[in-house]
Amino acid sequence: MPVHLSARLCALALSLLLIVFALPALAGPFEDGVAKFANDDFSDTEEAIGVIASSGNKLAFPIISALQDGRLMADPDSKKVYVTGTDGKSIDAATGEAVASVPDSASAVRLNNRLRRSVDAALGGLTLQSPDVGTRLQAAQSVFKSHEETALEAVDAALAKENNKSVKAALGDARAAILLFKSDATEVEKLEAVATLKARGDQEALALLTGMGDQPASVTKAAASAIGSIQNSLAVWSMVQNAWYGLSLGSVLLLAAIGLAITFGVMGVINMAHGEMVMLGAYTTFVVQEVIRTRYPGLFDYSLLIAAPLAFVVAGAIGVLIERSIIRFLYGRPLETLLATWGLSLVLQQAVRTMFGPTNREVGNPSWMSGAFEFGQITITYNRLWILLFTLAVFAILLAMLRYTALGLEMRAVTQNRRMAASMGIATSRVDALTFGLGSGIAGIAGVALSQIDNVSPNLGQSYIIDSFMVVVFGGVGNLWGTLVGAFTLGIANKFLEPVAGAVLGKIAILVLIILFIQKRPRGLFALKGRAVEA
Amino acid sequence: MLSKRTHDIAASFSRRGVLAATAGLMLGLASLTGAKAADDTIKVGVLHSLSGTMAISETTLKDTILFLIDEQNKKGGVLGKKLEAVVVDPASNWPLFAEKARELITKDKVAVVFGCWTSVSRKSVLPVFKELNNILFYPVQYEGEESERNVFYTGAAPNQQAIPAVDYLMKEEKVKRWVLAGTDYVYPRTTNKILEAYLKSKGVAQEDIMINYTPFGHSDWQTIVADIKKFGSAGKKTAVVSTINGDANVPFYKELGNQGIKAKDIPVVAFSVGEEELAGIDTKPLVGHLAAWNYFESIKTKDGSNEKFIKEWQAYTKNPKRVTNDPMEAHVIGFNMWVKAVEKVKSTDPDKVIDALPGIEAPNLTGGVSKMLPNHHITKPVFIGEIKGNGQFDVVWKTPGLVAGDAWSKELEGSKDLIGDWVGKKCGNFNTKTNKCLGSGS
Repeated sequence: MPVHLSARLCALALSLLLIVFALPALAGPFEDGVAKFANDDFSDTEEAIGVIASSGNKLAFPIISALQDGRLMADPDSKKVYVTGTDGKSIDAATGEAVASVPDSASAVRLNNRLRRSVDAALGGLTLQSPDVGTRLQAAQSVFKSHEETALEAVDAALAKENNKSVKAALGDARAAILLFKSDATEVEKLEAVATLKARGDQEALALLTGMGDQPASVTKAAASAIGSIQNSLAVWSMVQNAWYGLSLGSVLLLAAIGLAITFGVMGVINMAHGEMVMLGAYTTFVVQEVIRTRYPGLFDYSLLIAAPLAFVVAGAIGVLIERSIIRFLYGRPLETLLATWGLSLVLQQAVRTMFGPTNREVGNPSWMSGAFEFGQITITYNRLWILLFTLAVFAILLAMLRYTALGLEMRAVTQNRRMAASMGIATSRVDALTFGLGSGIAGIAGVALSQIDNVSPNLGQSYIIDSFMVVVFGGVGNLWGTLVGAFTLGIANKFLEPVAGAVLGKIAILVLIILFIQKRPRGLFALKGRAVEA
Repeated sequence: MLSKRTHDIAASFSRRGVLAATAGLMLGLASLTGAKAADDTIKVGVLHSLSGTMAISETTLKDTILFLIDEQNKKGGVLGKKLEAVVVDPASNWPLFAEKARELITKDKVAVVFGCWTSVSRKSVLPVFKELNNILFYPVQYEGEESERNVFYTGAAPNQQAIPAVDYLMKEEKVKRWVLAGTDYVYPRTTNKILEAYLKSKGVAQEDIMINYTPFGHSDWQTIVADIKKFGSAGKKTAVVSTINGDANVPFYKELGNQGIKAKDIPVVAFSVGEEELAGIDTKPLVGHLAAWNYFESIKTKDGSNEKFIKEWQAYTKNPKRVTNDPMEAHVIGFNMWVKAVEKVKSTDPDKVIDALPGIEAPNLTGGVSKMLPNHHITKPVFIGEIKGNGQFDVVWKTPGLVAGDAWSKELEGSKDLIGDWVGKKCGNFNTKTNKCLGSGS
């Protein structure tokens, strides 16, 4: 029984080696590879990944996926490597045997970007036939990205068994990408590959086609025409993309400006502390998230829903306080109001800076606001989408409130003709306070949304105050619809100018255009007519 | 009517008189106590913004100097005298920096000033320091192209941060296409000019370099991130070199994370993003993006000097989560160099200290010893760190030794022949070709 004998010899050799080097697990290339993880050297780790991925060993997948998640622990002293599972149990990476605990001297094997790419490529090859559809799709996509020739066999094998349509398409793309770069692929295969990539038609396909290097003449020609057609379709999509970005920017502008449209637009108070109300809303979100993190971690995804009404109450209450203590003495004196509220904004900023510190505070994105999805050839991020919907909802609620509630009626009455309203029995000073509180409260709600895309720092408000005034003045003072149209017009105009002129010049161009526009129509897009204007 | 008005005026005059008298008395008292204090303490000026946009970065540096002074006083002070900090707030207002600097030097009679963050604030105080002959320690990485007799630059010059970072990307990540993205002001513009010249000298074609500037505090990054993605899909490995400053970074990284640009596809290497900036972001989507600095909080040292510093700093600030960063380390080195120079010449006289500083060595926090050079810059190690999931950095590469700071970039046509030498030539912009000092002499 030669097999038996050789196994014995192996075992003998192994024990000899163990004695000589006092190193465990030096049996075959696989074990050698595993031990390399303990060297804490990026090139050794890369070698180890290659060896393990091609070893065919059952442990290859758990080891490499642990490496990807930072769960692969290596002990530099004993050169032993452990896989810690997501359930807290650990195994010896070389033998697969369970171990009671990982020694304290072990630390997670480090990766850099180059290694992360090799890990992805290796995992892609290993998980092409995983029972889970999502994993298979991801595997096919990472093979597409790495397009290593060695993966071709695995892709073909997976393709033969695959039933799921989208995974099959992804595998087809991966196969095309490999063939395009394979030096000994036939011309027919390459032409097919070019056609597949042309049908895919996205930026990644474009990247492969432009970077494919020397090819037979027919392939180069086909690729050139494919590149042309992809570029044309991408150019159309980039217009769609600009429009979407414009809507998104417009929604942010609108959100920041709605509150001002009430305090400045409806009440005529030049409120330089408006931005600070937005900031207070953002800090309310931070406090809510802090409480949730420490006490009720399960509620994190609802943190924004909890923060929104709270921010409204906090900013609204402070707004009422400001109106009662400062602004009501300054009605009809715009210059003094401007200076007083400007000073107030500095006071609020410094107060927050003293309470929360000058550095940014972390406000997390709930899972439903993270990431993006593909719509055609453009990427739409969830946070921007939600902010757009949220803004429209706030706008609709505010409009309904002004039109259908008693308070809304009183507000409109007071702003249109204060003396008449007073003689009809409306407590005008109470309405003033509530109106200012409403505007501030809405600014606070804006802060909740803006905390998702911007810094939560004491300076948060300052970056929105100019834009907010711009929107309100451009849209027409005193008209909420004007604010809506103004915000989206500015957003879209900005986003179509930005790719041409750059962000800095684009912003300047918008300012100049608004100045010119105001010269022509001093009352903005939608001017209010009638008595209120003259008052 | 008339008589009442005269009466009012008279009253207000007399009130003013009382006020003036009180003020005078107070001033007298203040100067008296001031004079008394000056005898047994040495005053150290701290010129960092504690309010306004830059407070986010500069407040920490103020705390750092207070901490260092506290530690030094525990050891008995300097020359047998206690150090006393004079803290002023220039409020992120550039002209106010000059005013406050003048106030520190003429009114408070400080021996040295530690301060400034932005280049524009440094440029604003320069004439004051020259005119009143005092010393400024400037702790932030900057664009170079400057060497002044009264200023000591303890932050990185471009050759101590930007160039090694680009070298790393070229060698380790095999990057062929470059996006140079920055905030629109002097530091990013000069740094990008240097980098562009450097990349071209390494054979990178013009069409493989994309340069993009954004305003301060830019918050809508959708278009630019999409542009970067597009630029990166030309079939060559692409990287972003970011000189985006301060507040704009958070929305930039959030947009990168949300649009799914992973570090393994298009890595971003940043020169203005440190532990403090990352404190405001969830860093899990950013793992693998890079930063180049001369110090990282996560660096382990053999002699434990970094660990000791962090522990003492957190104890001093009574905050076990307080992070440390690169400009803080620059202040630590600068402060210790100043103390050594003062003890060497046994005087705080600015002229003597300025002459004594070049050649002075002080340990940095990463286990090496930094040295003040004749061009008033220092030697520093350069580290490339990758962002980790916990907001810290993992060092993936470092220069084999310390790199000497160049005041004048070797990559730019106008400055490649210039050197700063305040020891031999006594000149900040000496042209080695023509052997002439171009005017910034002493």
